[in-house]
Amino acid sequence: MTKNSTTSSFTRRDALRLMGLGGVASLVAPNLLLAPAFGQTPPATPTGRVVVGLSQEPTVFNPLMPHIEVDDGVNFSVFDALFRIDPQGVIVPNLAVEVPSQDNGGISADGLQWSVKLRDGVAWHDGTPFTAEDVKFTLELIVNPNFRAWRTTGHSLVRDITVVSPTEITWRMEEAFAPYLTFLTETFIVPKHILEAATDLNENPFNQAPIGTGAFKWGQRVAGDRLELVANPNYFGDGPHIEQLIFKYIPDYTVLYTQFRSGDIDLVGIISPDNYAEASALPDRVVALVPRSSMESFYLNVERPQFKEVAVREALYAAIDRQSIIEKLYYGVPVPTETFMPQQSFFYNPGLPPQEFNYDRAKQLLDEAGWVTGGDGIRAKDGVRLSFANSTTSGNHLREQVQQFLQQTFAEIGVEMTISNLPAAVMWGEFWQQSQFDSVIVGSAYLIGADPDVTNRLHSGSIVAKGGRGSNNAQYSNPEVDALLEEGARTFDSEARRRIYFKVQELVRADLPFLPLYADTSVLGHKEGLEGFVANANTRTESWNAAAWYWQA
Amino acid sequence: MRSFLINRLFQSIVLLVMVSIIGFVILNLIPGGPLAQYGLDPGMTQDDMARITEQLGLNRPLWVQYFDWAWRLLQGDWGTSFRDGAPVLSVIGRHVFATLLLMGTSTAIAMTVGIWIGIRGATRRYSVFDYAATVGAMVALSIPTFWFGLVGIYVFSLQLGWLPAGNMYKIGDGSFLNYLHHLILPSAVLALVHIAIWSRYMRSATLDAISQDYVKTARAKGLSERRVILKHVVGNALLPMITLAGIQLPSILTGALVTETVFTWPGMGRLFLDSLGYSDYPVVMGLLIFSAIIVILGNLIADIVVAIVDPRIRLA
Repeated sequence: MTKNSTTSSFTRRDALRLMGLGGVASLVAPNLLLAPAFGQTPPATPTGRVVVGLSQEPTVFNPLMPHIEVDDGVNFSVFDALFRIDPQGVIVPNLAVEVPSQDNGGISADGLQWSVKLRDGVAWHDGTPFTAEDVKFTLELIVNPNFRAWRTTGHSLVRDITVVSPTEITWRMEEAFAPYLTFLTETFIVPKHILEAATDLNENPFNQAPIGTGAFKWGQRVAGDRLELVANPNYFGDGPHIEQLIFKYIPDYTVLYTQFRSGDIDLVGIISPDNYAEASALPDRVVALVPRSSMESFYLNVERPQFKEVAVREALYAAIDRQSIIEKLYYGVPVPTETFMPQQSFFYNPGLPPQEFNYDRAKQLLDEAGWVTGGDGIRAKDGVRLSFANSTTSGNHLREQVQQFLQQTFAEIGVEMTISNLPAAVMWGEFWQQSQFDSVIVGSAYLIGADPDVTNRLHSGSIVAKGGRGSNNAQYSNPEVDALLEEGARTFDSEARRRIYFKVQELVRADLPFLPLYADTSVLGHKEGLEGFVANANTRTESWNAAAWYWQA
Repeated sequence: MRSFLINRLFQSIVLLVMVSIIGFVILNLIPGGPLAQYGLDPGMTQDDMARITEQLGLNRPLWVQYFDWAWRLLQGDWGTSFRDGAPVLSVIGRHVFATLLLMGTSTAIAMTVGIWIGIRGATRRYSVFDYAATVGAMVALSIPTFWFGLVGIYVFSLQLGWLPAGNMYKIGDGSFLNYLHHLILPSAVLALVHIAIWSRYMRSATLDAISQDYVKTARAKGLSERRVILKHVVGNALLPMITLAGIQLPSILTGALVTETVFTWPGMGRLFLDSLGYSDYPVVMGLLIFSAIIVILGNLIADIVVAIVDPRIRLA
């Protein structure tokens, strides 16, 4: 195996033992994409260029400001966080020298006192030494009301940040919050010496040409076209082994694939499943299936009178021919799942009852629940017709096929589904956030980083339409799940958390606020000869470890 | 002339104000908004959304937002892009060159070829050439450009391998020849449609001129047919083309939405689509005002040029 993280003197084994997750690594195929590269070594000095094709344009380069997935790809290369999360879901040190835990004393037994030891000898791209002051500045900036920060969950609990020494920082948490460790893997540290002088934090030259500690330095940006990063020869970790890292923006999937085919781009994270077979046959290209953290589901607004009863949701689920959807419409690319939890996660519950496609059972469930077929062929109960709209992002032709397929499917059991799609910019606004839909087809991640805490998505206090604060757009509410989620967020022990989230998955599987269609899988491709690439579903980007990439000599 | 200009200036201001109000209202009426892009982010809470909305000033009444924006614009501040935090004018400036290069080239091709086809078609009316040009123009106008673009890429890039499959240049090669190589396919695809437009206009203008009395007179004087056509017919037929050029001019700067997407051309058209997709209000409004100004200028220039060239027209 080539190196797949920028870790310290800490070995992976240490990290695994530390996290008490020793068994996890073997659960997951070490990595699905790595061509065996025995005998291969990276070049002595950074050589060559890698062009990564993206379907969206990275535009936000201050990693603490609101941004989307593609911006993360850049952040991971320009900046470092205290920790990183590896493909197995293990948190490993990055700017820190060890991952704090209750076992090593970095986190107090009550989960409130945190202490992090930092690496010595790390320098910003401009040569200034990195110290604990930068970490303090970063954590304070996120909750500065004048700063347009990205997510503040967890950070808003941090109090009394103290710089003990240039290499040690401590703080107190307002309440115990275990997911914060994972959140810190997505919290990139920014330079105090540059930003503290800023008059306007939201409109600052830094945001257009950032300075980090990462393996790559800012090169130049050609707006609307690409972003160029160059190797940081003084990087404290392993690598970089390539001289130039380029993110090329290609807005159309067909064109993106075409340019992968023609050789204009070296690596692409998303190839449409329709092109999978053709792409696999391309000469000099490595094409593989990579699991992602998101799940595609038929997502219900359970407050709608049609969906209030579990029996209806079960019946709809039983009527879905998932195998045909996966095999015929998605060319066998994704895999079936019963839960929101990614299958590569330590917290994935493999023991959930599998869905069975069975029209008779679906009809029987509806009959038993008292939904009677009316003169128009549609079932109804107490004046409520079993009819609803389904929406998704318009222009996604594979999803549109799934919709048509399900429309016919549901008609078989006396359920009427109409299709009403919206452009992405409309779909995911208040229509989604305020639960104004009947049902949607959506592919979305439930975890933040790889932490199993899904309070935001499944706790009844997260229903925005009811004054809540999260993104429980299905308006799902189960007191037992609420209690478990609250317990899970306070619990630091991995085994204990595992039991909690197993139970959560069981309950959600039984309640079916959404009908899982499949676990997302990407078709990823890169040129042959590009070594060191490792997919990591625990991050939102394929270029999380660009420091380890190199071209075969 | 002076009163004409003052009049025009006044009209233009009224027009710009109307365009900006209508644009602003419609833009804000579209549901979704700039925060829709974070709707699927599992870690984004409603508190964060509300905070960001307030920080961007989007929770203020619409008219307050409009006057704030308009007042800043009058002071020369076009606002700041939500999406990349850069000033709107600099965002536009970064995309203008690409569009100018593509649209300038294709318009030059379209004008030259279109006018030539139009003249030839009119002087040999009902010939095989004329029919072919007419049918060709209909086909070019009815088939969407993205289809031509994709077919072009398939044939010339993927099958034959002669031309690049998009992009403005190869990364790491900024030579003139490299630009030219990348320019061929998209400008040809764009020109195809414009040739059709230009040739149709030119054909009918030429036919119009041919039937005029002064052409009969010129022929009666015994001028050679070539001289008659070039001096008397074409000279006059080109007059309406100036107006057409005035109408087409804005597109040279505002870009081609579809073609720029198909050929990954980082120009204004794609900037507009992207900004709309992310509800980047300041940039969309900036582009709207920018385009409106160019349209007004294009028409103004065309009117003035026509008045200078055609002594029968007086501006008042």
